[in-house]
Amino acid sequence: MSAATDIVELSGVWTRLGHDWVHRDVNLTVRQGELLALVGGSGAGKTTLLRHIIGLTRPARGSVSLFGEPLRAGNRAARQARRQRFGVLFQHGALFSALTVYDNVAFPLREFGGLHEDEIRSLVMSRLAQVELEPRHARLMPAQLSGGMVKRVALARALALEPELLLLDEPTAGLDPDRSASFVKLIRSLHAQLGLTMVFVTHDLETLSALASRVAVMAEHRILVAGTLEEVYRFDHPFVKNFFRVRAAGEREV
Amino acid sequence: MQTDPATTGSTHRKTPGIERHADRWVLRGDWTLQSLCPRLKWIRSQLRSANPDAAWDLSDVGRLDSFGALLLWKAWGLREPAELVLAAGLQTAFDRIRAEADVPPPVRQLDLLAPVARLGDKILRGGYAIQHFVAMVGQVVIEAARLLQNPARTPLREVSATLYKAGITALPIAAMLGFLIGLVLAYLMAFQLRNFGADVFIVNLLGIGIIREIGPVLVSVLVAGRSGSAFTAQIGVMRVTEEIDALSAMGVSRHQRLILPKLVAMVIAMPLLVLWTSVAALLGGALVAQLQLDIDMGFFAETLQRVVPVENLYIGLVKGSLFGAAIALVSCHYGLRVQPNTESLSANTTKSVVVAISAVILLNALFAVATRGMGMPGR
Repeated sequence: MSAATDIVELSGVWTRLGHDWVHRDVNLTVRQGELLALVGGSGAGKTTLLRHIIGLTRPARGSVSLFGEPLRAGNRAARQARRQRFGVLFQHGALFSALTVYDNVAFPLREFGGLHEDEIRSLVMSRLAQVELEPRHARLMPAQLSGGMVKRVALARALALEPELLLLDEPTAGLDPDRSASFVKLIRSLHAQLGLTMVFVTHDLETLSALASRVAVMAEHRILVAGTLEEVYRFDHPFVKNFFRVRAAGEREV
Repeated sequence: MQTDPATTGSTHRKTPGIERHADRWVLRGDWTLQSLCPRLKWIRSQLRSANPDAAWDLSDVGRLDSFGALLLWKAWGLREPAELVLAAGLQTAFDRIRAEADVPPPVRQLDLLAPVARLGDKILRGGYAIQHFVAMVGQVVIEAARLLQNPARTPLREVSATLYKAGITALPIAAMLGFLIGLVLAYLMAFQLRNFGADVFIVNLLGIGIIREIGPVLVSVLVAGRSGSAFTAQIGVMRVTEEIDALSAMGVSRHQRLILPKLVAMVIAMPLLVLWTSVAALLGGALVAQLQLDIDMGFFAETLQRVVPVENLYIGLVKGSLFGAAIALVSCHYGLRVQPNTESLSANTTKSVVVAISAVILLNALFAVATRGMGMPGR
């Protein structure tokens, strides 16, 4: 029963940005419960691939399936229901700057409809507790938050509807190593608690090794290799060797 | 029971159900936000009669999320029922929401002094805004003086860019508006003047009215809406994205690099725009005069020189410069007051345009009083 276990399936995806092909025949499958890391050099098209999965962009060729159904299948309501089954953590948080932290997290719940305001309050406060924010932070505006807190609030908002799939774009970018480590810990514990499937894009080898259960390396416009970290390490390709060696060396120096 | 496949929607979601057997409640299916949603009303009505002292069997529940747990927890009166059978792994959902299940709504205290505080706040804010505006104008003057000492640093490139954006690109729309206004005014006047046989006075009326008043004010309103809002939005976004801070960090004065070029460009561009618009309006007027009153265009032009003292043109051009300066300063002032959020950006852009147009009209009235003895024929 592959439909139930393949959460995301990209097959034969070709993408063109301007005059350049970013993806040439990208194939990727994300299985249920996985923590898949998408790594690759700058401009390798990782974020673009993530945007395909979200449905913000459309590949020139190939198909994207979510939860076993084509991404754009069905009528408006069906597409909307599918959209509510995944959450997205954007790189810079993308919090609504005119709304308080509380209203930001409550936003998807209110949009969902049918919930009472006291239920929304309980759910919002429990989400904030889950991402280790204090109740008093609920009244703050996004502009008053530090970088790490923005990520936490954005994570709480992404989790508001208890999605089955969480997509994270550079979850630890812009955080200092200490905050980055605690954010990684938080994501790990949420993954264990909620049994989510997660796909995240990262540059950071530390995040990668601490978080990923499977790694997909993007280079040369396609997925070079996808597998566990050990499998990827053993993969013989100049880019992979270079990427992991350079990163590992860089981290040793630090 | 209620496991109709039509409502299960996709792959592996099971419709939630609830059954009551005498003193025993049996729950089935997925109790998640997504699967509860289609039949939430029914579930709520069932849970309303729920009895926490009964036995609850959740062993057939597939998935339970925070919302499902919250619904049950509230139905049970915020405590565990007397007898509870849970499927494996469901306990965590209850643990997650237990602490927040009855968060009280934030208490809003009735504050009788609040309106007074709001009024005071508004007045103080207005005071600060004026203070900020005066300080900004002072800074711009100081920066201009500094440039006199070191003219090589003059931001000519920015001045030229603003001249193009606020001046050149406004030419077509300004000409069209001017022409149409001239047309309409002349048309209305022509009817009235013909009644008195005073046809030829249309040149006097249009000449003084357009050159002295309508040209400058019309252009100012147009430019305040067009370029003033653009200045505010540009500086506002630069504040949001910390570009202003980056400039300061590099030791570049925002007054010199952002505000002064706009001020200079507007002071130069506005009189030219006023002249251009006035000419277009007079053309429109002359056209109507010819069509309606048989006044030849050449005669119109010749009479115009005779009956409209040239001071009116000077007044119109000086007003253009003055209004341009007011628009530039007001829009930059509001741009710098933008807070880093979208709401503040839109509020300040709105305020900028409203205040700029009001300031222009106010200045125009003051100017009319100050120049009441100048440029009037037949005195």
